Amino acid sequence: MKYASQCVAYWYFTCAMVLFGVQILAGALAGTVYVLPNVLSELLPFNIIRMIHTNALIVWLLMGFFGCAYYLVPEEAERDIESPFLAYVQLGLLMFGALAAVVGYTQGVHGGREFLEQPLWIKIAIVVVALIFLYNVSMTVLKGRRTAVTNVLLLGLWGIAVFWLFAFYAPDNLSLDKVYWWYIVHLWVEGVWELVMASVLAFLMIKTTGVDREVIEKWLYAIVGLALFSGLLGTGHHYYWIGAPGYWQWIGSIFSALEIAPFFAMVIFAFKMVFKGRKDHPNRAAVLWSLGCTVGAFFGAGIWGFLHTLSFVNYYTHGTQVTAAHGHLAFFGAYVMLNLALITYAMPYLRGKAPYHQTLNILSFWIMTGAMTVMTFALTFAGAVQVHLQRVMGISYMEVQDQIAPFYWVRLGSGVLVAIAALMYLWSVFGPVGERKATGAKVAVQPAE
Amino acid sequence: MSERFTKSAARNVFYGGSVFFFAIFVGLTAQSHWHILTTSTDVSTLTESVVRGKEVWEKNSCINCHSLLGEGAYFAPELGNVWVRYGGKDDAEAAREGLIAWMQSQPTGIEGRRQMPQFHLTDQELNDLVDFLEWTSRINTQNWPPNDAG
Ligand code: HEC
Ligand code: HEM
Ligand code: HEM
Ligand SMILES: [Fe+2]
Repeated sequence: MKYASQCVAYWYFTCAMVLFGVQILAGALAGTVYVLPNVLSELLPFNIIRMIHTNALIVWLLMGFFGCAYYLVPEEAERDIESPFLAYVQLGLLMFGALAAVVGYTQGVHGGREFLEQPLWIKIAIVVVALIFLYNVSMTVLKGRRTAVTNVLLLGLWGIAVFWLFAFYAPDNLSLDKVYWWYIVHLWVEGVWELVMASVLAFLMIKTTGVDREVIEKWLYAIVGLALFSGLLGTGHHYYWIGAPGYWQWIGSIFSALEIAPFFAMVIFAFKMVFKGRKDHPNRAAVLWSLGCTVGAFFGAGIWGFLHTLSFVNYYTHGTQVTAAHGHLAFFGAYVMLNLALITYAMPYLRGKAPYHQTLNILSFWIMTGAMTVMTFALTFAGAVQVHLQRVMGISYMEVQDQIAPFYWVRLGSGVLVAIAALMYLWSVFGPVGERKATGAKVAVQPAE
Repeated sequence: MSERFTKSAARNVFYGGSVFFFAIFVGLTAQSHWHILTTSTDVSTLTESVVRGKEVWEKNSCINCHSLLGEGAYFAPELGNVWVRYGGKDDAEAAREGLIAWMQSQPTGIEGRRQMPQFHLTDQELNDLVDFLEWTSRINTQNWPPNDAG
């Protein structure tokens, strides 16, 4: 660790991983209810379990992003965080809000727009959290060295906050409601989050490969350019069937098909940098997660997104298990893996140790990605059968679900494996490290720039 | 990437292009907003009971089991067209009674079948909810879903 204030990132990562645990637990529970529908049906209905699953996911990913920012901004700006105290206040407020939301959901305190179920006071608390955060990192950057990495990262983080404001706008007209709901959901994951992803990835490449910063930052601008040029109008792929004008079928299909480009560029970029870099970084697990993250995002968002994004395909797949397959691999491949990559990279520095538990961490990588892949295929096949029976043949929803029950068992099985892999990961990152390995960390691996 | 395409060129293309596409997107959103209010939804029948029905829908988070116009969860049937599935186009009274009876008779408690909770809604809430579902079924969705199964 170069700057003492970077250590706030440690607590962000810790809290993020706690909520990661909550998310996986709720996912496994939801997967269980799918195959054993009478389980918990009175105590904790499926809708409550699902909102805990998705909300915990989104909050921990954001918390991870905040942690990434607090870790990398000091190194980029070459100065300490403006106010570590505010960073802790921000974390406390966010974590309190998140846990209060989970407890509230189990007691029936929730709203009703998907992903935005938080009660109003928590939505407002999130705005406060965002303001504290933006003040803190913006001041750090403005008073320090400006780099392309921090420029893009800040733009992404500001964008996240600005689009969040649409959470407060819920028109009575259902079609309008849906149009603006996507301003948050789509413009986050296929817009400003991609800026965060690309800039964190660029930081990881600078640090782990030792390739010249100029080269990496040029790639960074090219990637985020591709992301926004395609992703903004790509929102149209959600406007086909909700009452918006028919021209979105053309605009949405064409531009969202192009959304594969930035994800493809990230794969090429990461692999090229790693091969070009002459440095063999001792934290092999971090390099593996970084590379894996680009591949995961390419398949989950790029390929699985393209699979159902053209309007004449989406007409049949809209709102089926195909969507669930894509949602899982995209969120996992892009944003879960990105966070796990930076955490793997940063933890040895934060704990003042040389890279440790590499084998266990790498093993957890393969099990987790393997299991998520199996889950994705199970849901994709389930979706294909569902589309045929329900959307083409017109058989009723509940009858069709009985036909695809075996796939849900596969999802549950792979979900349990994901949970085991997550435990392995947590141990490899937070677990005790023997004294023997704990030498020379500070000098070990700060690359020249 | 070639030497002529410098970092600052890449940066300028990024900022300029993003502003350009964002402006187009906002413009098209405004046009869509107008289209929804004037053409694809029936604003004249968006009554207070429909609005209250939407609130009942949200307060009970039906969306985390069901989909509505294809968005939401995939655990229970699509409800954007449930009014049509219940025959509301031919016999509105029967569809209303059918939907209310459905809501009141949950959960089924059938072993091995997915369960929908009992929400203990008042008569007013039930009727508002049905008004909301009826209104929703008339949105011009470009003929989605492909059939009544939803
Ligand atoms: C915990 C999950 C869950 C929640 C929450 C839920 N439902 Fe359901 N709903 C179901 C399931 C499962 C079925 C199918 C049950 C069956 O066929 O036995 C269903 C069926 C229905 C049907 C009949 C659909 C048809 O095509 O026959 C209607 C109408 C309905 N739900 C309305 C609602 C409304 C309105 C709400 C919110 C107030 C709601 N549901 C909340 C699970 C849920
Ligand atoms: C990392 C980036 C991405 C993430 C995290 C992501 C996630 C999701 C999620 C969670 C949904 C379901 C939303 C809901 O609940 O209704 C969804 C829907 C969708 N996504 Fe993505 N996505 C990403 C990128 C993409 C890309 C690049 C494409 C296209 C090439 C795409 C195409 C679609 C389409 C067409 C739908 C609508 C599915 C339907 O009609 O039911 N996504 N996405
Ligand atoms: C890190 C891994 C995971 C990620 C990123 C993730 C993400 C998501 C997302 C984004 C949704 C909303 C889907 C949509 O609207 O399309 C969702 C729903 C769901 N997830 Fe996960 N999830 C993960 C792990 C799991 C696990 C391990 C299970 C357990 C089997 C699971 C089971 C479910 C279920 C059952 C739903 C509800 C699907 C429905 O609406 O019918 N998830 N998850
Ligand atoms: Fe999208």
